[in-house]
Amino acid sequence: MSNIVVDKSKVPWWVSNVIVPLVNLTLALLVSGLFVFIAGENPIEAVKLIIYGSFGYIQGFAYTLYYTTNFIFTGLAFAVAFHCRLFNIGGEGQAYIGGLGVFLVAINLSFLPVPIVWLLAIFGAFLFGAAWAYIPAYLQSKRGSHVVITTIMFNFIASSLMIFLLVDVIRDTNQMAPHTVKLPEEIWLPSFEAFSGILGIKIRYSPLNLTFLLAIASLFFVWFLVWKTKWGYEMRAVGHNTQAAIYAGISPHKNIIIAMCISGGLAGLLGVNEILGVSHKIQAGFPAGYGFTGIAVALMGRNHPIGILPAAFLFGILYQGGSEVTFEMPNITRYMFVAVQGLIILFSGALENLFRPQIESFFVRRLNREVNA
Amino acid sequence: MVSPILELTDINKSFGHVQANKNINLKINKGTIHGIIGENGAGKSTLMSIVFGLYQANSGSIKINGKEINLRSPRDSIINGIGMVHQHFMLVENFTVLENIILGFEGETVFGEKLQKAKEDLEKLCQTYNFNIDLDATISDLSVGFRQRVEILKSLYRGAEILILDEPTGVLTPQEVDELFKILRSLKDEGKTIVLITHKLIEIMDLTSEVSVMRQGEMVGHTKTEDTSKEQLAEMMVGRSVLLRVDKKDIKKGETIFKVNNLSVKDDLDVTRVKDVNLEICSGEILGIAGVTGNGQTELLEALSGIRKVESGSIELFGEKISDQNNFLNPRMLKEKGLAHVPEDRQRMGLISDFKAHENLIFGYHDQEPYSKSAILNNKEITEYSNKVMQEYDVRPNSPNLITSNFSGGNQQKIILSRELNENPKVLLVGQPTRGVDIGAIEFIHQRLIDMRDKGAAILLASVELDEILSLSDRIIVMFDGKIVGEKENKNVTDRELGLLMAGVA
Repeated sequence: MSNIVVDKSKVPWWVSNVIVPLVNLTLALLVSGLFVFIAGENPIEAVKLIIYGSFGYIQGFAYTLYYTTNFIFTGLAFAVAFHCRLFNIGGEGQAYIGGLGVFLVAINLSFLPVPIVWLLAIFGAFLFGAAWAYIPAYLQSKRGSHVVITTIMFNFIASSLMIFLLVDVIRDTNQMAPHTVKLPEEIWLPSFEAFSGILGIKIRYSPLNLTFLLAIASLFFVWFLVWKTKWGYEMRAVGHNTQAAIYAGISPHKNIIIAMCISGGLAGLLGVNEILGVSHKIQAGFPAGYGFTGIAVALMGRNHPIGILPAAFLFGILYQGGSEVTFEMPNITRYMFVAVQGLIILFSGALENLFRPQIESFFVRRLNREVNA
Repeated sequence: MVSPILELTDINKSFGHVQANKNINLKINKGTIHGIIGENGAGKSTLMSIVFGLYQANSGSIKINGKEINLRSPRDSIINGIGMVHQHFMLVENFTVLENIILGFEGETVFGEKLQKAKEDLEKLCQTYNFNIDLDATISDLSVGFRQRVEILKSLYRGAEILILDEPTGVLTPQEVDELFKILRSLKDEGKTIVLITHKLIEIMDLTSEVSVMRQGEMVGHTKTEDTSKEQLAEMMVGRSVLLRVDKKDIKKGETIFKVNNLSVKDDLDVTRVKDVNLEICSGEILGIAGVTGNGQTELLEALSGIRKVESGSIELFGEKISDQNNFLNPRMLKEKGLAHVPEDRQRMGLISDFKAHENLIFGYHDQEPYSKSAILNNKEITEYSNKVMQEYDVRPNSPNLITSNFSGGNQQKIILSRELNENPKVLLVGQPTRGVDIGAIEFIHQRLIDMRDKGAAILLASVELDEILSLSDRIIVMFDGKIVGEKENKNVTDRELGLLMAGVA
C-alpha cells in the first residue's frame, strides 16, 4: 500500500471539489452498469432511458425538478448540522413532523389571505421540523447522548406518532385509509402546469410546484447563514474545535441547539412541497426516504449549497430516470435503483478517500511541472 | 566487562522540522534503576518510544545484551524483553485484570487450561512482588494506582526484563507513589532493569542508581546518582544558555488590577491542580509564573480567563469580583472588561486550524463592530483589518484567505497575539507565548509584550522557558504542585535558584 502524502495547501480547489467527486460518481455508475448488465439488460440503453426519462420531455423534466426540490431541502438539512459536526440522521422524521406543521397551519388558518397562509404554512413546517430536532439537540448538548442515535430513534418515534395521529386523530373520517382530508383548493401552491399554461405550453399533470423556488431560496439562505453571519461562524467554530470555541466565549450548547433546529427546520420544509404543493393532504409515510437520501446529497455536495444543488439534481435524475427504466426494462426493478443510490453513497461518502490522494498528488505534480517549466 | 542490557548508539529522530532526538547515546546496566530526566519536550518520551518500537529512529542502533536488534513494533520489543508503562494506561476498562493481561496472548480459542495456567502464573508473580491485586476485579473499579500495577504486571507476564515507566507518578497520590516505589525496588532486587522517565528530581534521588539528563533533544550528561546532587541535576536540566536580553525600561508600577484570593481549581479529572493561590498584578507590570509543565499553570490561566470554574476562593478585576465558586464571567464578558488571553496550547484552544487566517484574526471578537453588524459579518472590514494587522505583525505569508494550518507555528502564534493585543487590553494573560516558535519571532513577540507593559497593561506570563521568564518579568512566582512556592523580584535572581524552586527542592 503506497502512502501518499499531499501538501493540502497546493491542491487547487477544483481538484478536490470537482474532479474527485466526478471520478467517484463515474466509478459508482460504472459498477451500477455492471449490475444492470448482470440483470440481463444493456447498460447503455439504460443510460439512454435515464437521460430520456429525466430530460427528454417536459413532463419528465418537471418530475426531475420536483424530486430535486425535496433533495435540496434534506441535503441542506444535513449540511447545516454537519458544519457544527453533528450528524443529523433524523431528516426523515423532521420532514414528517414538518408536514404536520404545514397541514395544521394551512387547514386552521385557511380563512386568511392566500399568500399569508403560504408564509405561515412555510413557517409552520420550519417550526415543527425544528422542534422535532430540538429534543435530540438538547440531549446531545446537555446530556451527551449522541445525536446519531437519538435522531435515528426520533425517526421511529415520528413515524409511530404520525400513524397514530393519522389513524385516530386527524384521519379523513369519510374513508378508512390513513390520510387526512384535502386542503381547500384555493390555498394549494400553484403548480408548474399552471405556469406553463400561461406560457402557452400544455402539459399533463406534474408535481413540480412553486416550492422549487423556496428550495433555491433555501440554498441562498444556508450559504448566507453559514458563511456570512456570526451565527454560522460560531457554529463552524464549535464544530471544528469546541475547546477553542469555549476559549472565545462561544457557547457549544447554544450552537448545537441552533444548528440542529435550523437543520430540522430545513428538513421540515419538505412538507411544504409534498403537502401544500403536491398531495394537499398528509399521507402515511410521505417522506418516503428523502430524508435519508439527503445525507448522500449533502456528502456528494461536500456540504456546500453550490455542491448540494447539482447533487440534488443528480439524485432527481436518478429517481425520475430510474422509474422510466423500471417501466421499460422488466428485469430492472425499483430496488435496483436503491442499489445505485447505495453505490453513489458508498463511493462518494465511505470511499471518498479511495482515490483522492492519487488524484491530488497527480495534479499537484503536474501543476508543479508547469510552474517549473 | 559485561555488556549493558540496553545500549543506544547515535539515535536520531525528527518529526518534520523538529529534531526530537539528536545523536543520543545511552547505556543501561542490568539490575539497576536508571533515571532519565529532563524538562517537558526534552525528548525523553520520544526516545523511550523508539526503544519500545512505537517509533522508528531515523538512524542509530539499539543493542540488547550486546546484540543489535531491529525494533519495528511494540511486539518486537516485547519479544526482546522490553516492557513499557505509558503515562496514559492502555487498558480495556470493562475487562477484568486477568483479561487485560492476557489480551493478545490468549494462546487458545476457547478459554480453559491455558487461562487457568495464566492465572496461576500471575498469582505467583503478584506474591513475589507484593502486588496485592485481585485478578478478577474489573479495571473500571480500580484506582489509578492499581491500574498502573496492572500495567506493570502485564509487562512482567509478557517476560519483560527491562521495564520503562513514563512519568509514572504524574497521576498518583503521595501514598500511591510510595507503594509504587516499593514495588520498583523489589523488582530491581529480583534482577529486573527499570528505566524511569521523569522531570521530578526527588524521584531520581530517591530511587535511581544512575541518571541521564536530556535537554532539547540532546543527552547532556550521565552520572551515578550518588555522585550528584539535586542542585547539579537542576542545573543540567535547565541549562545555562545565554539569556535573550530584551531592552526594558524601568518599571512604572500602577495600581493593582488583578487580584486572586485563596484560589483552588480542579481539572477535568476532578484532581485539584491549583491549591490556595494568592497573587496580585499591577498595571505596568509583568508577573512571570515559572514552573515545570503540569504544576497547575494551565488550570490557573484557564480559571483566570473564565474558561474553568473556580473550586474555592475568588478572582477580582479592577476591584470587582469576576469569579468565585458560585459564579464566573465567561470569556466574552471578560473581554469586554479589557482582558485578553493568549492560551498555552494554540492548536487546541487559540485557533481553529481549519479556519482561514482572517476568520481566526477576529475569533472571539467576531460579534463586535466593525467586524459584524446585526449578526452579519462585514467581510470587507475583516479583510482590511486582517491585511493591516498581518502586515503590522509581519505574519508570513500575508494572505488572510489562507487556511491557518498552513502557517508555521511562529506565524500562527503571531496571528493569536495580533488578535489579542490589537484591542489594547488592560490585562493580558499569556501562556507559553514562544513554544515552538523560531528565534526571530521570539524576539518580536517579547518586544510586543514589553510594549504592552510600557503602555500600562497588567501582564501575567506563564512559561516553562526560564530564560523567557527571566528576561521579561518584573516579578517572578514559582509554581510547584499547584502551590506558589516562591516569589522574587526579578533582580539578581539566578536560573539556578528558580530551577530548584521549580523542582520543589528549596
